Amino acid sequence: MIKIVKRDQPSKAIFFFTPVLAIFLTLIAGGIIFYILGFKPFEALKFFFIVPIADKYGFSELLLKATPLCLIAIGLSFCFKSNNWNIGAEGQLTFGAIVSGGVALLFYDQEGFYILPMVILAGAIGGMIYASIPAILKTYFNTNEILVSLMLVYVSKLILDYLVVGPWSNPEGFNFPETRQFSDSARLPLLFEGLRIHAGIFLALAAVVISWFVFYKTYLGFQMKVSGFSLKTAKYAGYKGKKMIILVFLISGACAGLAGVGEITGPIGQLHREVSPDYGFTAIIVAFLGRLHPVGIIFASLVVAITYLGAETAQIFMQIPKYTGQVFQGMILFFLLASDYLLFFKFKFIGTKK
Amino acid sequence: MHKFLIRSFVSSLVLLFTLTVAAVAKDVKAAFVYIGPTGDHGWTYQHDVGRKAVEAAGFKTTYVEGVPESADAERVLRQLANSGHDIIFTTSFGYMNPTNKVAKEFPNVKFEHATGYKREHPNVATYAARFYEGRTILGTIAGTMTKSNVIGYVASFPIPEVIRGINSFTLAAQKVNPNIKTKIVWAFTWYDPGKEAEAAKALIDQGADVIAQHTDSTAIVQMAEKAGVYAFGQASDMDKFAPKAVLTSVENNWGPYYVDRVKAVANGTWNQKDTWHGIGDGMVVISGLDSQIPGDLQAKVKKLQADLASGKVHSFTGPIYDQKGNLMVAEGKTADDGMLAGMMTYVKGVEGDIPK
Repeated sequence: MIKIVKRDQPSKAIFFFTPVLAIFLTLIAGGIIFYILGFKPFEALKFFFIVPIADKYGFSELLLKATPLCLIAIGLSFCFKSNNWNIGAEGQLTFGAIVSGGVALLFYDQEGFYILPMVILAGAIGGMIYASIPAILKTYFNTNEILVSLMLVYVSKLILDYLVVGPWSNPEGFNFPETRQFSDSARLPLLFEGLRIHAGIFLALAAVVISWFVFYKTYLGFQMKVSGFSLKTAKYAGYKGKKMIILVFLISGACAGLAGVGEITGPIGQLHREVSPDYGFTAIIVAFLGRLHPVGIIFASLVVAITYLGAETAQIFMQIPKYTGQVFQGMILFFLLASDYLLFFKFKFIGTKK
Repeated sequence: MHKFLIRSFVSSLVLLFTLTVAAVAKDVKAAFVYIGPTGDHGWTYQHDVGRKAVEAAGFKTTYVEGVPESADAERVLRQLANSGHDIIFTTSFGYMNPTNKVAKEFPNVKFEHATGYKREHPNVATYAARFYEGRTILGTIAGTMTKSNVIGYVASFPIPEVIRGINSFTLAAQKVNPNIKTKIVWAFTWYDPGKEAEAAKALIDQGADVIAQHTDSTAIVQMAEKAGVYAFGQASDMDKFAPKAVLTSVENNWGPYYVDRVKAVANGTWNQKDTWHGIGDGMVVISGLDSQIPGDLQAKVKKLQADLASGKVHSFTGPIYDQKGNLMVAEGKTADDGMLAGMMTYVKGVEGDIPK
């Protein structure tokens, strides 16, 4: 007989094991789905997870795709660790892109080493400004940050629409919804000739290192951890909760804003209506899959990034509908949440009575 | 024996060579990049109908759907160019810069970009359809069928393509009924059934009894069906989604152009050009007219269709005035393609301002 028993304490080993289990289960479920759809499961999985990154170019594309996901997820982990549910990273990314794009457009016909740092800084500030709205409303008016940050995503997209259709649209562009192309001085440098991977990856790596240091080596990290476990305890311990809420939102917003900068000054090179294919939302999956741990997030961002590339490859070579990529992302999160059950409960085998 | 061997070897080589050349010439592979799902029953659906026509003509095709206009478009294009495709159709405006960028790296692959204007490399062509001709037909029907003299129009984005459609529609409606007003609701989306239905509802609440649309879903015609007003299908024949409401549809018919261009690659006659075809070339097709349209109007519409096709009638024939009463096109003149391509002012009779 099997009995389900509550654990005294969440198991640490299982804490880091369940993401791997979730990925494994996703692969099995994915294979079954492919089989039902009439595709050879192993061939489909090969085109999904191996073929896209089998060469240098493919691998560079994986890193390019993972960079914004990693950067945003690191930022989100500051919020999530401390019980602040920032769902609006997509909006912070968009607003960061708007502000940094605005600066880049000011210098569209100029060259100079000083342009890029200003553009990057503007993106971080833009993201911070946008993230401060739900943070301030939460701390001073007790609003629900989930709703506020989520709703602001749509506001930011409308602002972007307005700008690229109206005042910022390319004067030589026949009124199509796009801005001028940025000058080369406003573009992040490419790391290798012929590949799209750009210097933005260093921003993501820096965020990883800094977040690790803050989480595990500073008083702030400890405060965040305690607040994450219990807000009452944090209050009792005398932590200044309001300051921390605003700080984690600002960090999160800056990271999302920088991810926006990476997209528009990296591969895109201008502002238009679609600067991000919902990186801000997908990064939520990445943050949880990575267990809010900086190193975990690196791996998680790579895993999730490959579902995008794989979906394209699978459609090109096997005519598998591209939307299966989103199904995979959904399945990963689903299995992760489901297997978290094991964190708090365990199966106990009990001998039957003779 | 020795000679015979050599001779047969040489002749088989020649045979092999000719076979290979023939095979290469025939084995053209075409790829299509779509912005939405193939099942949208609008824009992407019709491009996919065109792709199937290419398949039917004996060529292999590949497609990738739901490709965002973000940094991802470039990767998909490069992957298609890298995996043996000879001609790639990119079917949304936002693919313009990635198309030109990737085209530079693959000079032997032909690129065809829909609705754009950049042809930076000799292997990039552009194509679009004169949908405004279809809207002249719709305007004629709407202006005659309306009883409230208020016509609703769900628009997507304030770009020349859409403004041109609104103007063409309004001018035609005014011609048959000088009292009509066109009310616009901007949905700021190409495909969002929820938003589109809301926009249609708002227009119906304001008294519109005919609804036209420049967005892609079937939500608007379905909303019109529910409210008991008339509507027109967009991009594909939407009659089956709202049999009572839909009077006719303007269909995007890309098939003939696609087959033509893929064949041109196979024959080695492909060349860079900018194509803008209308009813006359069959790129814009008017679906069957609903029986609710009275016989005399049906005859009128059929004649108008023939005249637009032959060029006897132009959708933008002067005198045309803007909202403030300034002359846009003088009497007896027609708007040239340059003016049409950059059209960003409403004609008289359209209500409201273009969002800026």
